[in-house]
Amino acid sequence: MTGYRTPLGRARGLGSAHDGVGRFIGERVTAVALLFLVTWGVWSAFTLARGGYDGAVHWIASPINAALLALLAVAGFLHMRTGMAVIIEDYIDRPATRALLLLINAFVCWGGLALSVVCVLKVAVTGGGT
Amino acid sequence: MAEAAPGARPRPLSPHLMHWRWHITMAASILTRVTGVGSYIGLLLVAGWALALASGRDAYEAYMGLLGSIPGQVVLFGFTVAVFFHLAAGLRHLIWDLGKGYQLRTADASAWAAIIFSVVVSLALWAVFLMGAPQ
Repeated sequence: MTGYRTPLGRARGLGSAHDGVGRFIGERVTAVALLFLVTWGVWSAFTLARGGYDGAVHWIASPINAALLALLAVAGFLHMRTGMAVIIEDYIDRPATRALLLLINAFVCWGGLALSVVCVLKVAVTGGGT
Repeated sequence: MAEAAPGARPRPLSPHLMHWRWHITMAASILTRVTGVGSYIGLLLVAGWALALASGRDAYEAYMGLLGSIPGQVVLFGFTVAVFFHLAAGLRHLIWDLGKGYQLRTADASAWAAIIFSVVVSLALWAVFLMGAPQ
């Protein structure tokens, strides 16, 4: 069977998956955003570590802080979803295991993204009043 | 995997990781992945922080107590180094995307720079933080 196929015919379908450009660009766009957001985030973390609960609530009441923290969560979780997907695709060969891990990765990242943004908004809007 | 044509000489295989002489760009490449995974866990800790904050004072103080413990601080220090290394490594990748920085000397130097940058900045930030501690 294979003997009748041309080298080109055998190679077809083994190459590019015909997508991935969007992922490549998305990974870089989030990377550029994270250069700034992470620097800001680490700096903020050191100030927040000393301020206690009231300090954190007061800090997040500032729309700038709330917005930047939400953006950090969005860019961070999207970036880590693509990054971890690359690692899984590189090292896991079994299709079922690979699909399962990619699914878990997507759920963890989208879940973390949604949870972080909702929590930030809740505290920013209600002032933490539970 | 595509099978070799019968009678063809076997194609050369790339040497396994264990057979490479370690060099700094290789170490930086591996560290980029490792610190990416470290930052993955770190961002989940940040999400946990947001959840604790949204859950009220008691939850927040319990969570901060956990992070502020000695093991917690060790993890956070590791997270700091990982994030800064991954950040510097990401910057190297963005420069490579522009087609620059591929000369061996430049790539070696930027690999060292990323490693030194992440360690020095993390140590400096933590030193300032711990010395400024009123406790």
